[in-house]
Amino acid sequence: MRLNMQWTWFHRLGSPRWFYQKTQRWLPWLSAVSAILLLTGLIWGLAFAPQDAKQGHSFRIIYLHVPASFLALAGYYLMAIAGAIGLIWRIKLSFMLMKSAASIGAVLTFVALFTGAVWGKPTWGTYWVWDARITSMLILLFLYFGVLALRYTFSSHEASDKASAILSLVGTVNVPIIYKSVDWWQTLHQPATIKLTSAPSMHPDMFAPLVVMILGFYCFYALALILSTRAEILQREGKSSWVRQLVANKRGEV
Amino acid sequence: MSNFLSGGFTAYLFRELLLAYRRRGDVVKPLVFFLMVSTLVPLAIAPEPQRLAALAPGMIWIMALLATLLSIESLFSDDFQDGSLQQMLIAPNLLAMPVLGKVTAHWLMIGLPLTLISPLIGIWFSLPAVAVLPMILSLALGTAVLSLIGAVGAALTLPLRQGGVLLALLVMPLYMPVLIFGSATIQSAVDGLAWLSPLAVLAAFLAIAVALCPLAIVAALRLSQNN
Repeated sequence: MRLNMQWTWFHRLGSPRWFYQKTQRWLPWLSAVSAILLLTGLIWGLAFAPQDAKQGHSFRIIYLHVPASFLALAGYYLMAIAGAIGLIWRIKLSFMLMKSAASIGAVLTFVALFTGAVWGKPTWGTYWVWDARITSMLILLFLYFGVLALRYTFSSHEASDKASAILSLVGTVNVPIIYKSVDWWQTLHQPATIKLTSAPSMHPDMFAPLVVMILGFYCFYALALILSTRAEILQREGKSSWVRQLVANKRGEV
Repeated sequence: MSNFLSGGFTAYLFRELLLAYRRRGDVVKPLVFFLMVSTLVPLAIAPEPQRLAALAPGMIWIMALLATLLSIESLFSDDFQDGSLQQMLIAPNLLAMPVLGKVTAHWLMIGLPLTLISPLIGIWFSLPAVAVLPMILSLALGTAVLSLIGAVGAALTLPLRQGGVLLALLVMPLYMPVLIFGSATIQSAVDGLAWLSPLAVLAAFLAIAVALCPLAIVAALRLSQNN
């Protein structure tokens, strides 16, 4: 009995209606913060940060490339954890988050690969190099594709949710390999510039806007995830009374 | 107690082997596929021994991967259609054991013959003699990992009618680490480097896959019964 009492908050957290109503209030703040951070980071990084001694202006694409790569990886973990929570506690909301995370993560992985290719042309003289981290990123994109492909082939939400969750959990085995691959067979690519254990090897004037951009990307990611999940909630819960009420109210306003 | 743990394993292993013996043609198909694709390589690229030898470690592994992928789709589908999968799922046994039995049977029928025939491919591709033993060992360990991971994909795509391409799509990214270390084992032997370390990584992959894949397979199989 006590156990039940303690866990009610957890299950309230998993209610799509609760999520929808709660995030309504966060949205303006989150939009404002991510817009400010991204604009500051972009203007600072592109216009005011010093040039790189060897790469000149072309290094500035780092301000898009690095945050996108960060979130592409973190997004895979988020997707897998959301899937695991959904599988273990049978929480619908968690599956909806997972589904949104899959699409956003795939787009971010593509952005990371694309900006990497654009950066590679002036730096290495070629758009594509079969280097460890690029290849791992490509495999990550394929992993995202697998989850996305699986989700469109089942007829019921329940089956596709669980299948995608299992697949993303299996795929998490690949994500540590992506990190390890830098050590395994590193070739043309630079070693990881930002290390959590040691001081950054970038100059602080270049590093500061990158931090702003990474924070901005995180906020923007959260915003995109919430918006996408809200759309998913409305779609799936379309028959419930609170969504109907919501639609009726909107109609009334217009 | 021992029956509870191992009964399902041996029972399903022998059942699968018996079924395979009755349909010998199905077992030979991936082998023939392996040999045929091997013939395509010299035809498409060049018959010169040096160029073939340079390609051999990677090509042998890519072909082994494709041959395994080709055969894995039918791992659960017959049982799914005739209802014996349902019987397996409601049996009071530890489910991981029958699943492991089936996967082991798959490896015995696909992975092991591929491994045994690989020296022939080695000769075709002018692979140096020092690399033959590493190739056999890497294929023996690696194809077992491929069977285990492939079984996860086969279980996930089981309720779908057109699962084949999707299965390849799901499983191939997961196969890539195995491919990397498998061909690295052969390549290291060709280059005269220590080939035991990549082989040890393959063995570690196998240990992880034996421990974790049955969980995912069972979860996916249960899912197939719900819709």
